Amino acid sequence: MPDATGLELLAKELGEATLETVYFRNRATIIVDPAQIRAVLATLRAHGYTFLASLHGVDHYPEEPRLGVVYELLDMSRVDRIAVKLRVSLDAPQVESVTADWPTANHQEREVYDMFGVVFTGHPDLRRILMPEDYEGHPQRRDFPIGGEPVIFTRDETKWLEARSE
Amino acid sequence: MSPAPTENPPTPTLSEYRRREQSITLDPVEEQLEGIDGAETSEELLTLNFGPHHPATHGVLRLLVTLQGEIVRDVKPIVGYVHTGIEKTAEDKSYWKVIPIVERMDYLAYYFNAMAFCGAVETLMEVEVPGRAQYLRVIHLELNRIASHLIWLGTSALDLGASSIFLYCLRERELILDLFEMSSGARMHTRYFQVGGVIEDIPTGFASKLREFLTIMPKRADEYGAILNSNEIVLQRLRGTCPLDAETLLGLGVTGPLLRAAGNPWDLRKAAPYSSYEDFEFKIPVGTVGDNYDRFAVRLAEIYESVKIVAQALDGLPEGPHMTADRKVALPPRHELATSMEALIHHFKLVTEGFRAPPGEVYHPIESPRGELGCYVRSDGSSKPARVHMRDPSFVNLQALAPMARGSYIADMIATTAMLDPILGGIDR
Repeated sequence: MPDATGLELLAKELGEATLETVYFRNRATIIVDPAQIRAVLATLRAHGYTFLASLHGVDHYPEEPRLGVVYELLDMSRVDRIAVKLRVSLDAPQVESVTADWPTANHQEREVYDMFGVVFTGHPDLRRILMPEDYEGHPQRRDFPIGGEPVIFTRDETKWLEARSE
Repeated sequence: MSPAPTENPPTPTLSEYRRREQSITLDPVEEQLEGIDGAETSEELLTLNFGPHHPATHGVLRLLVTLQGEIVRDVKPIVGYVHTGIEKTAEDKSYWKVIPIVERMDYLAYYFNAMAFCGAVETLMEVEVPGRAQYLRVIHLELNRIASHLIWLGTSALDLGASSIFLYCLRERELILDLFEMSSGARMHTRYFQVGGVIEDIPTGFASKLREFLTIMPKRADEYGAILNSNEIVLQRLRGTCPLDAETLLGLGVTGPLLRAAGNPWDLRKAAPYSSYEDFEFKIPVGTVGDNYDRFAVRLAEIYESVKIVAQALDGLPEGPHMTADRKVALPPRHELATSMEALIHHFKLVTEGFRAPPGEVYHPIESPRGELGCYVRSDGSSKPARVHMRDPSFVNLQALAPMARGSYIADMIATTAMLDPILGGIDR
């Protein structure tokens, strides 16, 4: 992890794109402007953070903007991690895809889309990955109830299909 | 007779999802044909559905394979068949009740799942883990790594047509599961790791039984090596098949034995030691070309290194408590409940509500048998996590299957899937 000073220096270099920096339990997080995510990641890559370890979603319900995407970057030569986070609202959940620069983001962006409904523009193949293709809703959102899904048994399959087609 | 023009297309249109699922991306054919003998025999493409219930997919993995003759042109992995919503369920449980459910993600590396989660919560709560607990964790983690590699070796050899080695591997795995049963009472999904330490100290007789295992295991691993390394069929199917260079692997986010097989010695146990890994001497096996044989050889060599680590941890096992003394996160010892009012209150609070974690976000990465297993936990200050995400190495590594298998024979794709070692419970979560 860069120390708190290092984090501030990086944030300063990112300039306008930085909205906030968080330093918590030795974990450095830069919260950035969603529109500039590709540029931010490219800048950090030039600083040596060349490995995208993880990309995952988070829901800040009931706070706004609700949906978050976290990019865990890693510098393997200095063994240094930094997290980049962006937040978008439910009304405009569009984030530019970083799959072109970081091929590892492909499946992980699909998972965030599936679970949270963040739409990654420019993603080569944005489909659901874990849930069935005809699934409605994004189950990992905080206001999506556990058990909010009907269990379909063979005996009431027709009933369920009729209810759906109405 | 020419077909009459129709206004409506005669076949039902595929949904957009299906259309993209079945679409293929072909690299220039000449580029792929290079170096493959007899590849030009067929020009016709065949899309073959492979799985989800197929013994060679190591779980419920479905592959849509596009073939030209016997040459794989494109592979689309389709996952989600064992998605059980573990991350969602975790948000509805207090922190200590999350441990048994995250253990069920990657079902061959349950100690690692628990370690990643407990490590994340310990960072969040700033809990100090006693030295003895850290060593006990290392012993169980490395035993689990051996057990996981044994399942991988057995099932992979089965895919390659060597069926006897599967039985040998499961024989040794039984010894490890017996040890797990001794220390925790359960053979799989043991719930042994707790936030702040481990639930119980190892019982009498565990150490001697473990030492016995440690003398047996390297000899048995020698035997596996002797069997497979002198098996011409296995060698021909592994050597030089489906290599991928470290640069591409890093771009795809691949870590663990797959990356090390390509020559990059990245291992979190050395690079960013956690749980006292800095105390132990061990080597990181690396490959040279990153083909299937290197992937096999690296994992087999890791078994020996894990044995070394366990032996050192057992020899240097420090005295002291196996659990933190912080009663805000750790259950009080059973005998105190009858005599101490305070212990009873702590016990009641922990069991009913659990502990509250300060608001914040942490990411705790560890080296699982398959690569970087990171646990992201976000707390909103309540006693339940607001978000638990596991960066499962199987899920990320699966993306490397298509680049590895493109342009190879379909039989080599089977071997590559085996060497990829995907665990579908971890992929789908």
